[in-house]
This record gives sequence, C-alpha cells and structure tokens, in this order.
Amino acid sequence: MSSTHNANHYYVPNPVAYPVILSAGLLTLASGFIFNINNFPAGKGMMIAGALVILGMIFKWMGSVIAECQNGLYTKWEDKSFRVGMIVFICSEVAFFAAFFGALFFMRVISIPELASFDPQFTMYKDFVASWPSAGPGGVVLGKEYVVGHLNPMEAWGLPAINTLILLTSGATVTWAHWGLLKNNRKQLVIGLFLTVALGIAFLACQAVEYHHAYTEMGLTLGSGAYGASFFMLTGFHGFHVMLGTLMLIVILLRSMRGHFDADQHFGFEGVAWYWHFVDVVWLGLFVFVYWL
Amino acid sequence: MSSTTAAHHDEHHDHPTGIMRWLTTTNHKDIGTMYLTFSLIMFLVGGAMILAVRAELFQPGLQLMKPEFYNQLIGVHALVMIFAALMPAATGFANWMLPLQIGAPDMALPRLNNWGFWLLPPAAILLTLPFTLALFGIGDGAIATGWTFYAPLSIQGGMGVDFAIFSVHLLGVSSVLGSINVIVTILNMRAPGMTLMKMPMFAWAWLVTAFLLIATIPVLAGAVTMLLTDRHFGTHFFDAAGGGDPILFQHLFWFFGHPEVYIVLLPIWGFMPQILQTFSRKPMYGYKAQVVSLWAIGALALVVWAHHFFTVGMPVPALLYFMYSTMAISLPLAVLFFCWIATIWKGSLSFETPMLFATGWIVLFGIGGLTGLVLADVAADAQYHHSYFVVAHFHYTLFAGGMMGVMSGVYYWLPKMTGHMFNERLGKLHFWLTAISFNLTFIPQFFLGLAGMPRRIPDYALQFAEFNAISTVAAFVLGLSQLIFVYNIVSCARGGKKATDRVWEGAEGLEWTLPSPPPYHSFTEQPIVK
Repeated sequence: MSSTHNANHYYVPNPVAYPVILSAGLLTLASGFIFNINNFPAGKGMMIAGALVILGMIFKWMGSVIAECQNGLYTKWEDKSFRVGMIVFICSEVAFFAAFFGALFFMRVISIPELASFDPQFTMYKDFVASWPSAGPGGVVLGKEYVVGHLNPMEAWGLPAINTLILLTSGATVTWAHWGLLKNNRKQLVIGLFLTVALGIAFLACQAVEYHHAYTEMGLTLGSGAYGASFFMLTGFHGFHVMLGTLMLIVILLRSMRGHFDADQHFGFEGVAWYWHFVDVVWLGLFVFVYWL
Repeated sequence: MSSTTAAHHDEHHDHPTGIMRWLTTTNHKDIGTMYLTFSLIMFLVGGAMILAVRAELFQPGLQLMKPEFYNQLIGVHALVMIFAALMPAATGFANWMLPLQIGAPDMALPRLNNWGFWLLPPAAILLTLPFTLALFGIGDGAIATGWTFYAPLSIQGGMGVDFAIFSVHLLGVSSVLGSINVIVTILNMRAPGMTLMKMPMFAWAWLVTAFLLIATIPVLAGAVTMLLTDRHFGTHFFDAAGGGDPILFQHLFWFFGHPEVYIVLLPIWGFMPQILQTFSRKPMYGYKAQVVSLWAIGALALVVWAHHFFTVGMPVPALLYFMYSTMAISLPLAVLFFCWIATIWKGSLSFETPMLFATGWIVLFGIGGLTGLVLADVAADAQYHHSYFVVAHFHYTLFAGGMMGVMSGVYYWLPKMTGHMFNERLGKLHFWLTAISFNLTFIPQFFLGLAGMPRRIPDYALQFAEFNAISTVAAFVLGLSQLIFVYNIVSCARGGKKATDRVWEGAEGLEWTLPSPPPYHSFTEQPIVK
C-alpha cells in the first residue's frame, strides 16, 4: 500500500435512503415504460412519477456528496477510490458501445454479404445485392419511395464533420480549463468550462438538425434496415451521453463559479473531464465507422 | 499472512433500527447479509419453479401445465438461479469477507454498495411480476424463451419479454456497481503491507470476476436493448429482411453468456482453496500458479463464446477456432484442479461440513468440467446439442460447481458471521442428501441426452419414462433437503454454541483475527501485514 494515504480513517457515510428510493423510482419508470409500449394507459403516469423520483434522488445524492466534499471529509485516500471507480465505470461504458459497434460490423461484414450470396433457387431475396449502406433485402419505405438494398447514407463531410470539429475543440477547452485550475486561475477555469458547455450544446443542436433532416427529407428512420438501426442507435446513445456530459459540465461550471475545487483536490472536475474525453473518443469512432467509411 | 495490530472499535453511531436499518445501511456486513439472504430466498423460489417442471416431467404426456407455462417456468428458473441466487451469493461473500480479509474498514464506496443491493429486489419483481399480471388477465405471463432470449422467438414473445429485458437492465447496473466497488476496494483499501501477491485468493478471484463483469454485462445490456428496439421501435438488428441476423443476437448474448459461467464460478474458486487449506492444515499449493490460471481463464473466457451454438451454421475455420480455444481453457482449469488436490495431499484432513462440501465439490465440478470438454468438440457437439446431456452438464457446473461451492462457503463463514456454531450433524446430513440426490437427479439426464431426449420440451417419448421418473423423485429429495440448510442457517443465526475467533483449527487470514461475530465497524484502524 502506498504510504501517502492517511492510514487513520476512511470516510464511511452514514445510513442514507437515497439509493433505495432511487431504485423504487427505477422500478416505477421501467414498469411504466413497459406498460406504455404495450399500450396500457397507466404507463405514462408511472413513467413521469418514476422519472421525477429518480431526478430528485440524483439531485439529493449528488448534493450530499458535494456537501461532504466541501466539508473536507474526503482525503487523498477517498479521492483515489473515486478515481479508480470512475475509470472502471468508463470502461463499462466502452463495453456498452462495443456491443453496438459489434452489431454494426457484424451486419456490414457478415450478414449482408451472406444474404446476397445465397443460391437464387433457395432464397426469397433473389435480386438483393450486397452493399453498404444497406436497407436490407426486405426493402423499406424511405420517404415516398420503396427502397431495396442500397440507400443513400448521411453525408460525412457536412454537419458530422463540423460536429467532429466541435467536440475536438471542446476536448481542448476542457483541458485549458483544467490548466487554469492547476494554476489557480479561476477565470480561465470558468471561461474554459463555459466554452465547453457551449460547444456541447452546439453539438446537440447540430445533431438535432441532422436527425430532423434524416427523418423529414431523407426518409431515413430507425426502421431503415441495418443502416438506419445502427446509425440511429449509435448516434442516439452517443448523443444521450453528450447530453449527460453537458449536464455534468454545467454542474461543474456552477461549482467552479462558487469557488469549489482547488489545484490539489478536484476529482469532481476531473471525473467529468474524463467522461467528456470518453464521449469525444466514441464520437471519433462513430465519425469514422458510421459516417465516413 | 499474519497481522500484528488488529485494532477494532465498535464505535457507536446513530444508525436507524428495524426495517430502516436495512433500507439505508452503508455497512458492508449488513449489505452482505442482505445479499446472502436475498440469494437464499431466490434459490428457494427458483427451486420451487423447477420442481413444478420436474413434476410435469415425471410422466410422459401433459399432466399439470400448458406448454406455454412450462416454457415460462424453465426460463425464469434459469434467470432467477443465475442472476438472483448465484451472483448475489458471490457478491454477498465479497461484501462480508473482502474488507475483513484485506483489513479494510468497509467497502470503498458504501452508498453505491447499498444501491447495488437495492436494485436486486426491483429486478426480481420485474422478472416475476408477469406471472401475477397474467392471473389478472394482463399480458400472457413471464418470458417464455428460456434464459437466452434468442431472437426471433423473443421478438415474437409477449409482454413478459419486456419485463425480463428491464429486469436484466437493473441486474446489469447492480453488477456493474458491485464490480466497481470490488475493484476499488481491492486496489485501494488493502491493509498496509498487503501486496497484491499476499492477497487472499478470494480477492484475486473476485478481481478477475469484476473484470469479466465490466467487460461483458454492458454488452448484454446492449443486446437486450437492440431486442427491445426490434420489438417495439422498428429496428432490424435481428431481422434478415432489414439486413440484420438472428445469429447476431446469439453472438452478443454468448459474448456475455460464456464469461457469465466464470463470473458465477470464479469467486468460488477463490474461497475454495482457503477452505481446503483450513481443513488440511497446510498452506494452499501453488498460489502463484492459481493467480495466473485465474487470469488466464478470465482472458480466455472472452474469446470462446461461439461454442454455445456450434450447430447454428458457422464457417469451418470459425468452428475450429472456437473448439480449440474452448479446449485451451481446460489447461488453466486443470492447473487449478491440481492445486486444489495438491493442497489436501498429505494434509491432516478433517471433514467438517464445509470440507465435506469442498471435497464433494471438487469431484462433482470435475464431472461438470469434463463433460464440458466433450461438448467443446464440434463433431461430438452436433449429437449432444440441445439435448438433456447439456442440461446435466451445466447443472454439474452450476449446481455442483456453483451452489454446492456457495454452501461450502456458507458453512465455512457462518460461525464467523453469526458468532454461533451451526448444527454439525444437520450440516453433514444436508451434504449427503444433497450430494446423493443431486447425482440421482442429473446422472439419468446424461443418459437421457445420449439417448436423444431434447431439452425444453414438456412432453417426451415413452422410452425416456423411467429415467425421467428417477430424476423427478431425486429432484424432490434434493429440493426438500435444502430446507435442512435453511433451518440450520436460521437456527445458527438465532443461537447455538459460541464460536471462537478462529472458529476452525487451521483457519488462516485476517478475518479470523477478529471476534465472531466481528464488530459492526471492523478495521477502522488498518492492521499492518508483514
């Protein structure tokens, strides 16, 4: 064991009811969602109630963590727990995205070529030609026309390229903010975080424009075969993570404006920054494999 | 390893009493107790389900239930036993024992720990609620696809599939939180002087387990999410018409599903050498070799998944790769077996209940492992696939290798946890009834499988009648003898002969330096390990 930590005392929080209430909220939200998608009227109300409970509990829980932090209850020892925990959590997020990338590669490299390779005597998809992006051999309705096989992809060098630039810049601004924190330059910290939040919101706005374009003008939807499913699920989950990251950045920005964090101890800042870089890296994967290639 | 200072203060905190104590606790022992209790309850629930199944299989023909309900029972039985009985048992041991074994004041992230447990009851509710809803005419019962959710069956299934999907999501979050906690605790909370290579084997095994959980549980979450969107939001991940593939689901599922086997078994491989050395009164054999083997198995577990569906139609090179890589697992596993046997070799053995379970476990888990080697052979698997041979095989690994291992651990640590000795005679009776009736339940299923009886079917041809009747009778004996286990645990928790600190004569490790039961807050000052 390293000799740096305070060997005397590790902070063990007092009993707390937030987690169990949070779980009850999740149970309500999940059952409400299930009832909703199966057309039972009670579902919507349960979803709203569950979501409110969850939001309230996250707010209270995080609030008590911030209060403990400000009261100096965390030493280097606890700090290391948070750091290792955050790294492991980000690893699990990587595995989650890996499942969807895996599905994309499988469909593109294995299932679509295979569907096109059957002997015409034994397949119902006689005229299907393998290509990517593909709507699949069964055909889908894109806007007003019926398309089998090849479909027009989302153009990489329009909005997606701008979005790449936005996210890469935001990775730089958050690092610049970190430098400010390390130099005890509060102004640089706050401006850097503000720019990062603004870039995150700009990214989400571009993404919304792109989805609108896809649904209304291109006719590209979740139901547009292998391409539509992998495109929207990957970019959708990524966008959801950008939204979470932006919310976390806003919390960190507000804390920085109130004078939280110092050059020595600022896990809250670093955890969010790591998460933001992770979201950034996933986007690069998306840009290359979903949009570009 | 030895400790010089094992200071323990039972500091008086204002913690709530009654039900609020359990709802709000951040104490690793309380949370461990809740995990283990939950596991025991769900073990009985899952067992009751499968006894209903065995009762239906007592005779050919349909006597007790409709095939749809039969399908629901076997699927939920498996999900309950794996996710709600075996995994929480391992996490319960981790919560109780890891901080004691490595000299930590608590788990590293106590509030997260509480949340990890309290996600489980909602998950169990989601899994079993559809049974109740069906009684009121809502939906058509629980998930009826087996625990594997194979598409397209799961896409066509009723509302029970949606409930199971969200149940898996909650279980997955719980597992990820538990893994984060275990990894952080092991890496950051060890007593000064306890280097990684001085850690108890249980800590090593749980580190590998947590690594596997972090790598695979999110993939399962992704897979069932795709299932959900295929069911309700028009995607085509598992639908050939859109360019997807039902087999993609099998790949995603088993990328999680195969490591899952090791997730269930690794914690047991961790504490089993400790039990064996205790009752052999000599140090465990091959500590380093065991650590390396655990990691080798953990790594190989991630790259062998397709052996679960050899018959689905894969290119020959893929079949060969998955066959050889699967068989390669038997090398590190054999190292572990040799280490376990060498640990008891020429020891001063005594056969208290934990040791009876431990030695029985080596033999029975060995049978599970060897029949797995048979199934790993592509050519042979074509005969055995989806037969009762597979059912018998994985019950030798998951009941004998899993549950009986857990039982061994329960008997080993129960005196430490409760401060009382359990009834040794009842413990031995429990072992012999379990071991004998377990074999009588599942050996006939090997023969049934070899004779061609398919699994997951409520009815069967007349020639299978005798073996099925034997299996059903033995299964009921097996199920009922678990009541002895429950009685023994409950009466031990309530009272009995006072346990000493060391409990077992040959027990080594920091947890045995504390009183039995250990104080509510132990190791608030960390011991120094030399």
